[in-house]
Amino acid sequence: MWGLNLPIVLALAAIGGVLVWRRAHTLVWLLYSLGALWAFFKFGFVVPIPQSVATIYLAITGLALVAYASSSRERLAETVQPIKRLILEPRYRLALAGLLVALPALAAYNAYADLTMPLEAPGFGREIHPAPPPEITVHDETVNMTTGDNPYLHYKADDPELYGKHLENGRRVYYENCFWCHGDGMGGDGMFAHGLNPVPSNFNDVGTLPALQSSFVHWRIAKGGPGLPGPGTPWDSAMPAWEKFLTTEEMWDVNLFIYDFNGFEPRALGQH
Amino acid sequence: MNRNRILFGIGVLAFVSVIVTVRLGGFLVDNEYRQPDRQVAAQEEQGETELTPRQQGIVDEQAADEAEARARPYEEAEYRTVPFVGSRVTVWVLAQLHLLFAAFVLAVPLFAFIIEFVGYVKKEERYNKLAYEFTKLLSVSFSMTATFGAFLTFGLIILYPKFTNYLMHIFSPTFLPYVLLFFLEALFLYSYYYGWGKFGPKMHLFLGFMLNIVGTAIMFIANAWLTFMMSPGRRDDVDGDGVPDFVSAVSESGALLSLRDAFFNFTWMPINIHRIIANVAFGGSIAAAYAAFRYLQAKTDEEKAHFDWMGYVGNFVAIIAFLPLPFAGYYLAAEIYAFSQTLGIQMMGGTFSWLFVIQAALIGNLFLGANYYLWLGMGRMEGGVHFQKFIKWLLIAIALCFAVWATPRYAISSVSEIAAMGGSSHPQLSYLGQMSAKNTAVNILILSTYMSFLLYRRTGRQSVHPHRQLLTRAQAIVFSSAAALVIFYGVYGYYVDAAIRIRFAIPQVYSVLAALVVITVIDLPLYRNAAQSGETKWGRMPAVSQYALIFIALSFTWLMGLMGYVRSGLRQEWHVYGVILDTSPDAYTPTLGFATQVVSVTVLIFFGLLGVVFWLSSLGGKKDWEPKAVADGGDRLEGGQAA
Repeated sequence: MWGLNLPIVLALAAIGGVLVWRRAHTLVWLLYSLGALWAFFKFGFVVPIPQSVATIYLAITGLALVAYASSSRERLAETVQPIKRLILEPRYRLALAGLLVALPALAAYNAYADLTMPLEAPGFGREIHPAPPPEITVHDETVNMTTGDNPYLHYKADDPELYGKHLENGRRVYYENCFWCHGDGMGGDGMFAHGLNPVPSNFNDVGTLPALQSSFVHWRIAKGGPGLPGPGTPWDSAMPAWEKFLTTEEMWDVNLFIYDFNGFEPRALGQH
Repeated sequence: MNRNRILFGIGVLAFVSVIVTVRLGGFLVDNEYRQPDRQVAAQEEQGETELTPRQQGIVDEQAADEAEARARPYEEAEYRTVPFVGSRVTVWVLAQLHLLFAAFVLAVPLFAFIIEFVGYVKKEERYNKLAYEFTKLLSVSFSMTATFGAFLTFGLIILYPKFTNYLMHIFSPTFLPYVLLFFLEALFLYSYYYGWGKFGPKMHLFLGFMLNIVGTAIMFIANAWLTFMMSPGRRDDVDGDGVPDFVSAVSESGALLSLRDAFFNFTWMPINIHRIIANVAFGGSIAAAYAAFRYLQAKTDEEKAHFDWMGYVGNFVAIIAFLPLPFAGYYLAAEIYAFSQTLGIQMMGGTFSWLFVIQAALIGNLFLGANYYLWLGMGRMEGGVHFQKFIKWLLIAIALCFAVWATPRYAISSVSEIAAMGGSSHPQLSYLGQMSAKNTAVNILILSTYMSFLLYRRTGRQSVHPHRQLLTRAQAIVFSSAAALVIFYGVYGYYVDAAIRIRFAIPQVYSVLAALVVITVIDLPLYRNAAQSGETKWGRMPAVSQYALIFIALSFTWLMGLMGYVRSGLRQEWHVYGVILDTSPDAYTPTLGFATQVVSVTVLIFFGLLGVVFWLSSLGGKKDWEPKAVADGGDRLEGGQAA
């Protein structure tokens, strides 16, 4: 359920229940909280949590527990009282000796476990959001990513007939080249989509095209997967660099078309 | 043998060693190799000097250097380097140190003025005394700010001469007003500090007011210089189509088109707002750290009580300013994204996004530290035990929100972890890495901190208001409604499209701000003239509480250094974004690990210097020097006079 390893979660909850029933001491609760959360992060999920995240969580837990134990003089005195008794009272001498052996042994085991950890290559996480370069050059024409805009967009208001022609050309380009992957309806579900990882962009998504300036889309069309930036490599995009196959006008036209087809406007400069 | 004799022996030994080494060196040089032929001996007999091979080598080398220097034509240097650390790191550290002291110098007068004003209105001398205590820190800090400002200016002129020249080309008309304002700042600052008790209260408040106005104006001018580097132009709807256009302040070659557009550029106002709020939060935390430092040194109960109160007020100022800071940061980030999608994506989804996970960890620590200090503060009052039971639940809420905020969308993982997860994101935890969860977490953190403050305020006090039950219930309803609304939008955000989800941040923020205002408005009459169940015992704080204040100041400083790097580093290989390229060997973006190391070292240097400032500021309160008492035949002589 919810990706949780239920037997572990229930066992930890049961121990917590017993502590409530037995009205456990504050120190016991603190030790239980740290141990239970460690066990939960380590074994509580069907897909284990990455070590880096578990370390962050345990550090926060540790800080919070220390803050709680020392948040008043009375609570601090209550928390450390069993520790004082363990150290000072003769009847606990055996337990104290055991602890004095156990703590260095635990540290030694930890050092041993760290040193004998199986070596593995570091993982390369993919960067999902490529940041475009400040400007690109397509067919000897420089496009500024901040101020660049689709040169035919203004025809929508100025010359609707000419705008229609560009749209029509964009439609032709799309259904000759793009729909194989991006799909008939632009949902990122074309006939080749199932063979690609990551899957092609879904242009129906309101979070994709409206959030991008047309210059960004032009960059992705012209430069494709090979033109993705250095930071965040390796990229796995199968998108071709269409500048090698299409004219500049064809690329701006298909850019116009995918926005028009989905009923979106490109994000303007200065728009949140 | 006693210790002094050993030390004396070591000193003598060291002195003798130095003498022996120098003499030995001289002997070796005097007796170096000479050609043993007769001709040389004859020359020497005739009084002609002969050079040894070593001396000849030195003469030849000097001649070659001189010839090379004469042959070299004059060239304008574009960049100069600094050995070992590099020019970028040098300027980076200097700029950061200058900014940290400047932020402190601008912030302290702001709240010193407010505290003095409160004292004037309430007619309570203790406020006046507190404001003066804060102002004591200013004098030395002002000198530090100016010193590092000079260091930075020289650093830029020497290491980045061409780029500095370009900035002068753009902003030279602003330099004279800047210097004049700086002069006025010094005038008002010193008259405010040295004039304490010398002027009438209204005149003194006027000086404080002018000090703040001038200080803010200085910051606004400097902000124009740095924001121009990020966004060299302003936003305006030039063609009247309702869509903002970018009006560049410079031509494509970098020539100035409009100083006005360069000055009032795209990110200028967001930075101004963000910096004013952040300066107050930072200044409050540093002043609280100073109080903590003095509290730990204090010998008497009176001193302890005074510095405990000072630390409390400093921390209070810091936290009050800190609460709206995430919203100001959000505004700044939104404006950066609106200016350039490249910068925006780079910041929140690209190379720099990991620094925001570190930022979350630091802010989480700040919230935890601030709450912890408030909880410990309950110990000052009699009857504080009553609210202790709530701490557990507040802590759970804070720790949960902290964990959610620090959860990365894409975790650093090993190959086997990636294979198990089927990608870089965990199937369950990745939900916590999204904006909906983060916004919810930060809003609940703010509400929890405010709740801690309310509990602290109520500790040891009993409302005598006739409608106290009704008003308390109203507060509880407002509080839980705001929390419920925040959580509702947080959960609902997962079921709607991204474009709609982004807009949910606004009602979340407004509901929290409205709750803070409404609860405060109810709380003021509710606890006016409240019955005290016991006395507030200032100075009854454990030492750990003072370390919490120092920890908060340290976290604030580290956070400022880190986020300052993000803002500046976002330009990557540009001096002025899109206009002037950085072609120096340092133009690459450093690794995140290296950047955090530079920030850490800078923070350490700052705190070292701050220690000097604290020490110098505390000298004023120390007793005047007097000659040591000398025992003479059983009689004690003091100050050179017979007892």
